[in-house]
Amino acid sequence: MSSHPPLDWPDYKSTRLRHPHHIRPLTLTETELTSPRLGDRLLGPHDHDLTAHGAAEPLGERIIVHGQVRDDGGRPVPETLVEVWQANSCGRYRHAGDQHPAPLDPNFEGVGRCLTDREGRYRFITIKPGAYPWGNHPNAWRPQHIHFSVFGRTLTQRLVTQMYFPGDPLFEYDPIFNAVRDPEARERMVCAFDLSTTKPDWALAYRFDIVLCGHDATPFE
Amino acid sequence: MITPAQTVGPYFSIGLPWPDGPDVVPAGTDGAVWLRGRVLDGEREPIPDALIETWQAGPDGRFDTPEFRGFGRCPTDDDGNWAIRTLKPGAAGGQAPHVAVSVFARGLLHHVVTRIYFADEAEANAADPVLTGLDEAARATLVAAREDDGYRFDVRLQGPDETAFFAI
Repeated sequence: MSSHPPLDWPDYKSTRLRHPHHIRPLTLTETELTSPRLGDRLLGPHDHDLTAHGAAEPLGERIIVHGQVRDDGGRPVPETLVEVWQANSCGRYRHAGDQHPAPLDPNFEGVGRCLTDREGRYRFITIKPGAYPWGNHPNAWRPQHIHFSVFGRTLTQRLVTQMYFPGDPLFEYDPIFNAVRDPEARERMVCAFDLSTTKPDWALAYRFDIVLCGHDATPFE
Repeated sequence: MITPAQTVGPYFSIGLPWPDGPDVVPAGTDGAVWLRGRVLDGEREPIPDALIETWQAGPDGRFDTPEFRGFGRCPTDDDGNWAIRTLKPGAAGGQAPHVAVSVFARGLLHHVVTRIYFADEAEANAADPVLTGLDEAARATLVAAREDDGYRFDVRLQGPDETAFFAI
């Protein structure tokens, strides 16, 4: 069973007119086995700290989110760009299209980026995002999540995913989470509470390791 | 055991676009061309919340030239338009000049990947191992038309003239 979700997934209504019907095999070439080196892109000193982008700290539960990016052979993926975006603690994105009647926080943009270190590790400081309603079906709510974008060493490793929090009661109702059919694969999108990284009197911590396909992995469909 | 993909959702534009994302090369670069087009759904409606990423060799056919980023990123506008300013790639590894394209959007649970080839490379295209493996209709979806200042390449996610996408 593939780890990745199918493109055609009727429970998630936006897939209806947007999923291609044919994905063709490709013999990988240098084009797919290379990847941009974005390590020299200018990163600001606070880009990894989503609580440091306003005049004051954002409201909400401050958390540390960290982990390691590896390939499926267990090898760390060093110096690769990790980008995150998320709703604020009330479940509202700083986006004109988000009309959820929950407050915006003037001190929270909800955007972060960093490079993994030599061991493939990354670390963000942020606040825990809120759940929010969406229009997919009556009384639809997204579980709390943080969006992650990772490049990897080859175009084949490019990954955009979402990180969820342990024990969310909304999991069983969410068609995006459940589009991943393999229950074990779904669990790999859920971070782990990490007491050892918690900073006493300051912030709880969660660990989210990201595993990218190897160069010779099975194509996604 | 790899981490599954999830959609970028409707709000990625707060996080993913870069100010210089569409500038694979800066304005004024000798030989710069625009790659541009629209992203359309199965009813030919424009997709205003898609993100295009491109990856390509430089004019020398190499992927490891430090001074050439090779990577472009552009969100679509309200009419589904995207545009990336770059240099036309050279031929590499027995293939015709081409640009890899990744498409992300709300409603795409995993991004999809295709290639741009160039209409004015007919001879190289006729010998390209990827193009020659496709039927004529599919092949036609991958060839960008020449325009005054570059090339036009529309992405059709679905429908009778659906763009040819590849598993990588």
